[in-house]
Amino acid sequence: MNAPDKEYLALIRERMPKSRHFATMFRAFWTGGLICCIGEALTLFYSEVAKVSVEDDVSSLTTITLILITAILTGFGIYDKIGAYAGAGSIVPITGFANSVVSSAIEHKREGVVLGLCSNMFQVAGPVIVFGISSSILVGIIVLIFKGAFI
Amino acid sequence: MRGSTFGIDGVFVENTASVVGPKESEGPLGKYFDKTVKDDLLGQKSHELAEIRFHISAIRYLLNKTSHTENDVDLCISGDLLDEITGASLTLREFDIPFMGAYNACATFAESVITASVFISSGKFSRIISSTSSHFSTAERQYRFPLELGNQRTPLSQWTVTAAGAVMLSDVPSKVAVKRATLGKVIDLGVTDANDMGACMAPAAADTIFRHFAESGLSPDYYDLIATGDLGVAGSELMKLLIKKRGLELGLNYNDCGAMIFNRVSQDVGQGGSGAACSSSVFSGYIYKKMLSGALKRVLLVPTGALCSKTSTLQGESIPGIAHAVAFEVNE
Repeated sequence: MNAPDKEYLALIRERMPKSRHFATMFRAFWTGGLICCIGEALTLFYSEVAKVSVEDDVSSLTTITLILITAILTGFGIYDKIGAYAGAGSIVPITGFANSVVSSAIEHKREGVVLGLCSNMFQVAGPVIVFGISSSILVGIIVLIFKGAFI
Repeated sequence: MRGSTFGIDGVFVENTASVVGPKESEGPLGKYFDKTVKDDLLGQKSHELAEIRFHISAIRYLLNKTSHTENDVDLCISGDLLDEITGASLTLREFDIPFMGAYNACATFAESVITASVFISSGKFSRIISSTSSHFSTAERQYRFPLELGNQRTPLSQWTVTAAGAVMLSDVPSKVAVKRATLGKVIDLGVTDANDMGACMAPAAADTIFRHFAESGLSPDYYDLIATGDLGVAGSELMKLLIKKRGLELGLNYNDCGAMIFNRVSQDVGQGGSGAACSSSVFSGYIYKKMLSGALKRVLLVPTGALCSKTSTLQGESIPGIAHAVAFEVNE
């Protein structure tokens, strides 16, 4: 294999169009914020209007509702258009996670239920689950060891 | 033969056929394509099957146009971007024509035309079809992410063309002839960004075009059009810069099929079109018809390909490019 041509790579960096960071960050900021506001509104709705008294139930219901909305929007081909505008704004919230699972599932439906849909469903979301579970175990161990210090 | 540029005698383009999807038909070249479809799924269960249908209908249409039966065609040299070129293989399942698969990523069309031309000029074959297909949705799935995933496209990304283009080459004299070709080399300058296909392929295109002129003794203004395959707008600029460094200036007769096929601003396609069918559909649709009408007399087509797979990119391999040049001329 040839060594990378540093001069050419520098030329690419200089010449090729770059992402407009501030514009994309601004879009991510307001769309991500808006999704969180919807989540907050759902929380208020479940606790105040629907009178769900247990706090954990309220947050579960909020999460489930957001996931449901995303799954439906993904199925109708709307969420990818939102994502193309919002970027991280629609990837970081729980909706982004739901979208990554549903979109992979739709994509691989044709290869059958077991080897297609089920095995590819977490193709994009897999790393999130792995890191999520691993870090929760790590934090759990830390809490177990230093439990006394926190009380 | 001097270097890797060689002349080709007695090979003619008998006819061409192109079938494109909705986005391509809305582009600036829309009216030149033979057939346009409104639904890129074509009523099939998967996009892969839809791509195969595109390919089948291009070859069928070509046979109808030339009033030949399958028995009149000696060979079909086809390729596409699907795993193990299943697109082309399953397409040829429908035809009673011998088949040879070709793969050079998006430069497959040139590879196939050059192979077919040399076969015909050997005297052992008299009529060969070269064709390629690509589909936006199958390429997205193969190289990138699920279609419905809400991610952003980088400004350097390109839009894979949903189309199939087929060319019938034969030894019977007709208006457009295949005149010469330059074989490309695999050139790798260490670009690892799979979204930046233009930068991966620009050095290969610059090298092939430079060698074409150096070895054939022609100058760039000999051609009415020098068209690279799918460098995109930024990639084309990069290529022009690279070739200028070697002392060759490309003028206004230079263009890029990927930049021509879409309206980059209004169609939101990043740097332009790409894919194995980009050069084949633009040649079959636009360039060939312009040559028939006499608006273009000498054309150098340089399809470009980025030689990578999802695995090679994930394993951190850099992405080399390849480009072959084919010159078509109108018989005076």
